[in-house]
Amino acid sequence: MKEVNPVLLKELRQRFRTPKTSWLLALYLLVIGAFVLGFMYLSWRHSPGIFQPSRSRELFIMLSVTQLVLLAFVTPGLTAGVISGERERQTLNILLATRLTPRQIVWSKLVSSSAFVVLLTVATLPLYSIVFLYGGVAPEQILAAFGFYLVTMFLFGCIGVACSSFFKRTGVSTVTAYGLAFALSAGTGFLAVFLYEMDRFQRQEAWSPAAWSSGFIAGAVEFLQNINPVFVLMKILGQDGINTGVNLGLPYWGIYTVFCLASGVLLLYWSARLLSMRKR
Amino acid sequence: MIRFNGVSKHFGATRALDGFSLEVGEGLVYGLIGPNGAGKTTAMSILATLLLPDAGTATVDGLDVVREAREVRGRIGYMPDFFGVYDGLRAGEYLEFFAAAYHIPPAERQRLAKMLLELVNLPDKAGVYVDSLSRGMKQRLALARCLVHDPRVLILDEPASGLDPRARAEMKEIIRHLKHLNKTVLISSHILPELAEICDEVAIMDAGRLVACGTVAEITAVSRGARQMRVEVLDRAEELAGFLASRPGVVDAVADGPEVRFFFGGSQAEQAGLLQAITNGGWPVVEFREVRRNLEEAFMAVTGEGGEDIERG
Repeated sequence: MKEVNPVLLKELRQRFRTPKTSWLLALYLLVIGAFVLGFMYLSWRHSPGIFQPSRSRELFIMLSVTQLVLLAFVTPGLTAGVISGERERQTLNILLATRLTPRQIVWSKLVSSSAFVVLLTVATLPLYSIVFLYGGVAPEQILAAFGFYLVTMFLFGCIGVACSSFFKRTGVSTVTAYGLAFALSAGTGFLAVFLYEMDRFQRQEAWSPAAWSSGFIAGAVEFLQNINPVFVLMKILGQDGINTGVNLGLPYWGIYTVFCLASGVLLLYWSARLLSMRKR
Repeated sequence: MIRFNGVSKHFGATRALDGFSLEVGEGLVYGLIGPNGAGKTTAMSILATLLLPDAGTATVDGLDVVREAREVRGRIGYMPDFFGVYDGLRAGEYLEFFAAAYHIPPAERQRLAKMLLELVNLPDKAGVYVDSLSRGMKQRLALARCLVHDPRVLILDEPASGLDPRARAEMKEIIRHLKHLNKTVLISSHILPELAEICDEVAIMDAGRLVACGTVAEITAVSRGARQMRVEVLDRAEELAGFLASRPGVVDAVADGPEVRFFFGGSQAEQAGLLQAITNGGWPVVEFREVRRNLEEAFMAVTGEGGEDIERG
């Protein structure tokens, strides 16, 4: 049987041994639980004795978006210090002087941090069962949402690891990782809406509101909304995005998955290269 | 066992190593000394495969540290000048983790950790968290970590830095024990008298270059170059200093009470002639001798302003 990567084993041992981990898990569930129960309480106050399936759907959307926002905060925060932290503790050189390869070190750091984020996400499943209690949401949607969280976590985690490998200080690495996660979550969405609105003005001026003025802009808007986590989550939850009429050859979730996995792998490869350059 | 051949390394405009060459034989405890910024840590980092040299080559056991880095890592144990702590890891687990990182089979790790903890006098600390150990214990644990894969060469960068006298003595004892295990140890330190006690040979570095190397006795004897001399007379010491300053081969003659100290670069016969000249001049000589220098003074002499260029013969 192949042995577990020693760095991964050590990281998991260190992470799950500290009481901080339990506290963070409790806090995470408390925040999401407060949102869900607060929403249910307000619905009950609004129309006592009745809980409509449409309200359950709103609850599902709210729960999913809250989860995405929290993951966007937690994942880069956990991963942005994994390599720079070793450098600050002056343990990185010791690790690099062993027979472990930079690729093994980077990968195990990502997996151990992600394991905790996966635990946070899985721990929220009982809260999703409240949504099921009142109907209105298909199990496939919940599965799709969890698949979406996994690939999003992977990319956010890789951004954190890459920043941590590039920057010497954890503080700088964390701020940059949050900046990049924000640019991906909000920046791409904002750009898609901005391009769409610009094009719409042009169309109105040209008295042809139906057709897009440029196929390139329509393609760019389609691509941007398909790599934007908020747009993709909304589509999973059954909401409509911007209708461009452009077919990029893959369904929206396929483009998003390929984008997250490919970008993540490239970032990990770059991180390992940074560690193996031996110019520190 | 260890060889640097014309190794240079720059960090921007700073020249850390400048054509550094050194050979360390197998089974020796070899001291690397020099002022801050002399290039000791850079040389050790290159040897530990953590830095790439800009020019020159370095080998460990005949293996090139750049081209055969992976093989080199299996033969060296590297201890940096600062002990990094892993929170939430016990001493035994710490050693087992590094044993795994060196691909030691799982069945052997626990026994190995126990044996190494005994070797570094920490037999009862296996279950203690690493971050709660004292600095001296951490240093000894770091030394145990260097030994998990039974390397032939140990690179110890300032292993005694920040330790109290008792911890330093313990560290010294362990290094002596490693010598008996036929390990080649390259060790840097600022505490020169201690290096003199444990090292078979030492090299003095300054500004990225090798300034002197040899056994401690060779370095301190200063086989070539000026010797420091001391003459004690009953009276007229100031006058004697003036007389000596005018003699060939004598520099820096200074009177201090009844004695005069000076540097003399002549042969043994010329030294005898100088003594004859002093007595012929009517000075009542009480003592005339060479001042034996310890390693610290030799270090100051070769790295200080106007230092002598001492090479092993």
